[in-house]
Parts: sequence; C-alpha cells; structure tokens
Amino acid sequence: MNDGVNGVALAVFIFFFVLVTAMGFLAARWRKAANEHTLDEWGLGGRSFGTWVTWFLLGGDLYTAYTFVAVPAAIYAAGAAGFFAVPYTILVYPLIFTFLPRLWSVSHKHGYVTTSDFVHGRFGSKGLSLAVAVTGILATMPYIALQLVGIQAVLDVMGVGGGEDTNWFVKDLPLLIAFGVLAAYTYSSGLRAPALIAFVKDTLIYVVIAVAIIYIPVKLGGFDEIFASAREAYSETNPATGAPRGSLVPSEAGQWTYATLALGSALALFMYPHSITATLSSRSREVIRRNTTILPLYSLMLGLLALLGFMAIAAGVKVQNGQLAIPQLFENMFPAWFAGVAFAAIGIGALVPAAIMSIAAANLFTRNIYKDFIKPDATPKQETKVSKIVSLLVKVGALAFVLTMDKTVAINFQLLGGIWILQTFPALVGGLFTRWFHRWALIGGWAVGMVYGTVAAYGVASPTQKHFGGSAKEIPGIGEIGYIGLTAFVLNLVVTVVLTFVMRACKAPEGVDRTSPEDYTADAGDPGVDAKLPPATAGSAH
Amino acid sequence: MSQAPETKEGPVVTPVRVVIALCLAAPFVAMLWVGSYAKTDPVVIGIPFFYWYQMLWVLISTLLTMVAYKLWQRDQRARSAAKGGDPR
Repeated sequence: MNDGVNGVALAVFIFFFVLVTAMGFLAARWRKAANEHTLDEWGLGGRSFGTWVTWFLLGGDLYTAYTFVAVPAAIYAAGAAGFFAVPYTILVYPLIFTFLPRLWSVSHKHGYVTTSDFVHGRFGSKGLSLAVAVTGILATMPYIALQLVGIQAVLDVMGVGGGEDTNWFVKDLPLLIAFGVLAAYTYSSGLRAPALIAFVKDTLIYVVIAVAIIYIPVKLGGFDEIFASAREAYSETNPATGAPRGSLVPSEAGQWTYATLALGSALALFMYPHSITATLSSRSREVIRRNTTILPLYSLMLGLLALLGFMAIAAGVKVQNGQLAIPQLFENMFPAWFAGVAFAAIGIGALVPAAIMSIAAANLFTRNIYKDFIKPDATPKQETKVSKIVSLLVKVGALAFVLTMDKTVAINFQLLGGIWILQTFPALVGGLFTRWFHRWALIGGWAVGMVYGTVAAYGVASPTQKHFGGSAKEIPGIGEIGYIGLTAFVLNLVVTVVLTFVMRACKAPEGVDRTSPEDYTADAGDPGVDAKLPPATAGSAH
Repeated sequence: MSQAPETKEGPVVTPVRVVIALCLAAPFVAMLWVGSYAKTDPVVIGIPFFYWYQMLWVLISTLLTMVAYKLWQRDQRARSAAKGGDPR
C-alpha cells in the first residue's frame, strides 16, 4: 500500500483542500445577517437556503465519504447484498415527501432548531425530548468518526501517513491538520461553510463518477468482462466461512435481509440530526418538496458508484481492508493527476458531512440539554457560544475515537447508531401527524427498541468478529433474517401503542401541546410566519 | 393570503389524493418485493437485470414523485382558491 508518495496526486489533493479551506472561512460573509450571534444564523445558515443550495447541502450531507468508500467496498466483498443502498435511497424520497414539509412548517413557526425542540413542544415532555437528543448525539458521533476513516483511506493510498514503523504523530499528522482546519472554519462560519463547500464536493464527485463509469469499463473490456470476472470471484470459497464469497443476485434467504435493510435504513435516514439541520436551513416549504424530486439524482450516482466495486474485482485490486478497494482502484486506473481529483472528491466528501454532523450534534446539546437542564435562561448569544464550543468538542471526541481505537469499533458503533436513531421515529414522525401517542408510552417504546436493538446487535457474530458482526438477525416469530433496526422499530411501535392504551386508561397526564394543527401546513409568508424569523429562542419560550 | 379562518375544507380523500398516494407507494411495492427482480437475465450492455432494473427504478420513482408534487401543488391551489384566499 505505502509504496512511496504519489506526488502528482498529492499536489492536486492539496490544491483542492486549500481551495475549500479558503471557501470555508470566506463563507462567514456569505449572505451575512445583521445579527449573527443566534443559533439560527450559525447553526442553520439563517434559514435562508433556496432550492439549489439545499440540494447541494443535502446531497453533500447524506452521501458522505464513507458512503463512497463503504458501498462499493461491500459490493467488492460480497456482491449483491451491498447494493441495498440503492433501493434504500429510492425509498427515502417518497417517504420524506410526506412528513418533512410538516416538520419544516412547525419548526419555522415555533423557531425549532432540532427535532428534540419539536418533540418537546409537541408532547410537553422534557424526558422524551432528552431521549431524542441523546439518541441523536450518540448516533452522530460514530458517523463523524467514520468520515475520518474515509479520509484516512485516501491518505493511506496516496502514501502519506507513513508505514507501520513511523511514529504515531507523523503518521496521523495529515489527518490532524485536515481536522484542525475543518474545526476552525466550522467554528467561525457555522453551517454556511459546509453549504458553500458542498458545491465543490458534489461537482468533483459527479465528474469523477462520470469519468470512472466510462473510462474504467473501456479499459477493462466492457461490463460483460467485469461481471464475468466478478461472478468467478464470488464463486470462490471463502476459507473463513466455507461458503462462496458472494453472489451476483441475492439468494432466496438473502431477500428478506435485503428488503428490511433498505426499508429500515430509509426510515432512519431523516431521523439523523444532520439531515434535519440541512432541511431546516431551507427557505420555504416548497424548497423541501421540490428537493424530493431532484435529490434522486444522487441515488443514480450511488448506483453507478456501487458498480465500481465490481470493477475493483475485475481490475485485480487485492486489498485486505475492503475500505481501500475504491481508492486503490482509482490509483491503479487513473493517471496520477486525475487520481488526485478523485481523492480530493472523497476527502472533501468527508469534510462537508463532518461539519454538518458536528453542528447538528452541538445544536442538540445546546438546545435540549444545556438550555433545558443546565441554564434555562440562556440568551441566544450564549446558546451560539455553547454550540460553537460543543461542535469543537464533538470533533475532538471523534478524532480521539479514530486514533485510539480500532476502525472496526467506529464501524460497530455506526451500525448501532443506525439502529438507535430509528427508534426516535414514532416520537418524531408520529408526532407530526397525530397527538394520539402518549408521551410516556413513546419513552417506553423507545427504551424497548434501544435495548432490543443493542442486545440483538451484540449477539451477531461474523467470521472475524464475535460481536456486532453485522446488522441482520433472525426476526423473532417470522424466522427470516432481517435488519435488527427494523425489528426493534416494530417492537417499539407495538409497545408504544399498547402503553398508550394503558396510559389513557389510567388517565396519566397528557402534557401540553404548544403546536396547533395549522402550524403543520404553514409556509413562509403566511400570517404569523415571518419570512424573516424571530430570534431562535423567541418562538419556543420554555 | 388566506385571511378568512374558513374551515370549509373539501373531502379529505379525493381521487387526486388517491393518485398521489399511489405514486408515493409504488416504489415501496416494487423495491421491497425483491423476489421480482433477483435474477441476472435479461442482461443489458453487460449489466445483469438485478442492477439495471433497480437503477431504472431510481428514474421511475423520481418521475412518480414529480407527478405527486405537481398534483399536490394543484390540489393545494384549488383548495386555497375555494377558500377565497390567494392561489399560491
């Protein structure tokens, strides 16, 4: 792997890195508002983004560097099973079409910055809102760590970062620099920095995919050749399991896993705080709906990207760590300068989501832990200050995680994070449509889902790991192998419904609902909904 | 702007809304029924059916979501016009 530094590729990579760094700092002046010391400004970019900025921001946010590395890596490792990412992203958009505009409206009306703000306002329960906030932070942290794993994979293939024998400081220095710079401009520019950088990131990604999907198959002799050699590779027996390595289509038994993974992941995606942060930063309700019709362009790109996994096999890329398959494919196939562009695309692809995720986690902490539990009378200026500092801490935490622990730990936690975040679905999406669920029942359902999901994931063994070996397990009562997160979610829902009946029966207090039905359909410009928002705290006086 | 607090909404379920629901539900049926597309043939330009079919569905579901969006917009305009407000 570390067969010397690829000078040209590195130079191109550094060029783009310096470019986005400059943009990141200049972003603070982009569409600057009069009062910049509010969480609406720093944490939501002034809630001012139109259709295209939102499109780039959401695309840059959801399709992370880790996605670019991990999806083809899964295909490279096992074939069809890894392709579930495509139906997953197909299902996301019709799904969010139904509920995201409602969340936007109610958040705009009441000045909510996070999903927990909404849950608090809707159900009048600090406990439930804390549960949602903590789940969000826990699920986001390993996700940030994985962005670092993405950058590391690229640095590794470029030959920077040294070999096994260099000391840890020299080895990790490039990563430390990249992260230090990221932390600095996120601190100063807030959400505007990733929004501006997302333009560069997505443009690079689209160019790289377009070139890769034409250039590499031509060099390898066409898709016939590629799939023929993939078929051959998958039929070889894996010595660890005694079974074939993979297959070109899912087996009968694998179809449940495939479908449940796609559905469960689609339900979970917009529960993640960073997805919501990017959503709430848009200017109007229409921007969100319009985006559900143009965001699928990214799904198409993801599908093409996944095919690179087959190309890596056909090109004879042999790596122990599947994460390196795609960067290595680029290095082998492309001229050095274009490999540099491709690496820059992945590297910047890590910076954008990492920035948004740290902002989202910081907002959750500030609004739903700091303000609700520590300092209820915090001014907007203090809120912003706390959020900025927490965004730094979150990043340092993720960095420490990656540097001190094995990569598989980050991946395990990311897997758990997906299962966990899905458990906030009943409170959030349920709450957007009905007040029928009882707040304590929602807490009960959430707790059951969290515990079941964690225990079930702990019990999954793989040839290389005793615990957290995968995200699929036998579904109790059905007997098929399915996504643990979805099983936990169904369990969560059942418990919530049953407990709601129980709470109703014993007349447990319902809590105050601060929202009214017309809040959910309000758009910017309606009476009572200023196009220009009041300061972040005004709408949600606690 | 819809200034009058008129609550004379039309019926909740209308033919247009049923079409919208169908447009949004179709991708779920198609994608979750994995058995319907878990096969390699027919191969197109060397790509097995399993892969190109799902990528084709990216386009189909995009079109369906666009149709749903347009119909929804029209539905909302008609409703706010009926309420005597600005058609937005």
